[in-house]
Amino acid sequence: MKPIYFDYNATTPPYPEVGEAMLPFLSTAYGNPSSIHAFGRQAKEALMVAKEKVSGFFGVDSDTLVFTSGGTESNNFALKGALEFLKSKGNHIVTSKVEHVSILDCCKYLESKGVQVTYLDVNEAGLISLEELEKALTPQTIFISIQTANNETGVIQPIVEISALARARGILFHSDIVQAVGKMELDFNLFDMASISTHKMYGPKGVGGLYLKKGLKLEALIHGGNQERKRRGGTENLAGMVGFGKACEILKEKMKEEIVQIQKHKERLESFCKENFEVHINGEGAPRLCNTVNVTFPKIQSEALLLNLDLEGICASSGAACSSGSLEPSHVLMAMGYDEALALSSIRFSLGAQTSSEDLNRLFEVLPFVVQRLS
Amino acid sequence: METGKLKTRKKRVVVALSGGVDSSVAAALLKEEGHEVIGISMQLYDQSKLEDTRFDSCCSLKEVDVARRVAQILEIPYYVLNFEDVFQDKVVNYFVDEYLKGRTPNPCVRCNTDVKFHHLIRKARELNADYLATGHYVRNLYNETLGEYELLKAKDRQKDQSYFLFGTDPKELPFLLFPLGDLTKPEVRAIAQKYNLPNAHKAESMEICFIPSNNYKAFIQEHLEEKGENLDTGGEIISEDGSSIGKHEGYHHYTIGQRKGLGISNPAHPLYVLDVNQSSKTVTVGSEDKLYMDGLIVQNVNWLRQPSSPNIHLKIRHSQTEIEASLEQAGDSQTFKVYFHKPHKSVCPGQAAVFYEDETLLGGGWIDRGFHKK
Repeated sequence: MKPIYFDYNATTPPYPEVGEAMLPFLSTAYGNPSSIHAFGRQAKEALMVAKEKVSGFFGVDSDTLVFTSGGTESNNFALKGALEFLKSKGNHIVTSKVEHVSILDCCKYLESKGVQVTYLDVNEAGLISLEELEKALTPQTIFISIQTANNETGVIQPIVEISALARARGILFHSDIVQAVGKMELDFNLFDMASISTHKMYGPKGVGGLYLKKGLKLEALIHGGNQERKRRGGTENLAGMVGFGKACEILKEKMKEEIVQIQKHKERLESFCKENFEVHINGEGAPRLCNTVNVTFPKIQSEALLLNLDLEGICASSGAACSSGSLEPSHVLMAMGYDEALALSSIRFSLGAQTSSEDLNRLFEVLPFVVQRLS
Repeated sequence: METGKLKTRKKRVVVALSGGVDSSVAAALLKEEGHEVIGISMQLYDQSKLEDTRFDSCCSLKEVDVARRVAQILEIPYYVLNFEDVFQDKVVNYFVDEYLKGRTPNPCVRCNTDVKFHHLIRKARELNADYLATGHYVRNLYNETLGEYELLKAKDRQKDQSYFLFGTDPKELPFLLFPLGDLTKPEVRAIAQKYNLPNAHKAESMEICFIPSNNYKAFIQEHLEEKGENLDTGGEIISEDGSSIGKHEGYHHYTIGQRKGLGISNPAHPLYVLDVNQSSKTVTVGSEDKLYMDGLIVQNVNWLRQPSSPNIHLKIRHSQTEIEASLEQAGDSQTFKVYFHKPHKSVCPGQAAVFYEDETLLGGGWIDRGFHKK
């Protein structure tokens, strides 16, 4: 029996065309884009085309995108690079308690270097308060980093208002948009910096990007070469970038209809859970992504639930996995005011382009059986 | 292998995989028999704390990687479950507390009883398993006369691990499988080789898994510092008549029967640790003959099967020949006086005393103290 995938927020299956587009660059088209000869030109050409496809999808100038190794590097680049560049202007940054660990760990590191960080609370629905954000800003504040959508709950933060607040004060606004890409319309005019990960949008792993508003200069995180206009050294991950381009090309065409279809599946899944079990849909009071259902089954351990689902061929997830893969309570749910037991009773189904009605039917067969046995 | 339970139909069996060769082969054998096998490893302590040390004992991160590889080779689902809290509570804290009481703890028995079996059985049931299997060398057979399961020593007596299982709840025996009970270690290694398991030739682990380089003194010190406790455990080394003959830096560094590392020379005869006293912080030393005891008091006794006579065989160390002894109930129903038929040394408070009748594991408990006949 083929396992059914409900973990698109962890990673997405690449579009079949993505792998096909990448293959030549893993075999015959092996040139280095920096070389002047025929192989180099072929590689450079592919790189330019990929970049155009990416910038075309995001609706930005191709110069504003720096290719990186993924979301985590982009977040590190944004925070450390901006701080280095702006440290004469202040040493305070504002973020939230529900950010991805790559933002939170980066902030902890910056704190150890003497930077002041304010971690905004969220309410029960997972939203930050704009009033608290405004109160947290000081003349020393150099940037705000707030995610667009949360990876665990799918909760969407009020980025239009955050952006306006930042602009009015002349403070940079960075957003981790990794989970939002492909799942909602994004207006890049809102951002000064935005982090993107390709494998969350039907592309390959090991590649991503950082959007930098025109004219914004950051200190490089990785020195060593003229690649990416000296903003990111190292020979390009050409196959990855080509895959990124292909994924963007397809998304540009299909995203709107995908969102409608995924949203329908999501609503069906939520209705099923509410009708059949005593559950709580997390972040329900907030605007949420079209694909994420984070649900608490009180008194059932998420670990037991996930393992039993896996044994039945249903792949879902929960919280953050630690080094060896065992479960820890989610910092996102804890920030939303859950106690540890409830946080450890929550699981996430994240849907995507390839999710089908049949997939949900199978889930609806298995879930009541497993939940009943564990209750 | 012990297949009586498995003859009827395909069963779902959870196997506790440590990353060692034994549990890996247990899983391979069950898979070979056509059962639905699920591998589980226990995460017992925070790996990042131990990163600096060379460390590859049971259940460390590297072992988890080996277990994962074994599961891939056998094509079975594999999960790592977090048992850090229960391990800290039942094993690590117990280990430190016992030393600070002047006793000699046995963390491996504790882990087997209070962590491995108790919690793994619960997890296996959560996964709707019919059985939980481990790589212990022990046999679990149905005794038709008694109408119940009993634990018997392994066929390979050198490898027999029944000693570690004396605390098993007898009600759980029907749920447990020990596929290695009828095999020898060389046979197990040969099966591992047949399956190309990465640990086929791995050496046995001997260390206490959570203590780097077996340095338990440093471990206890760090444990106390982490908890913000600074216990002064230093005191006097005294002879049997109570007179001071030296100083020590911590009574918990001494174990009854210890000879080396006393730092005291005695021209007449070698000195051995005879007693470690928490309240007076003293370590009593004396001649070897004083180590010989006539019996011991054992507490918290767990019975897997009632003895058919008061005469039993006793083990007070895992790797030790059995002692002939007689049992007599003393005090509460779980406390017994054990009389050795011949005097015996190395009776360490805090260690396990395990009872056998021929091949059968009867049960056992924890040694409170040894005694001399008046």
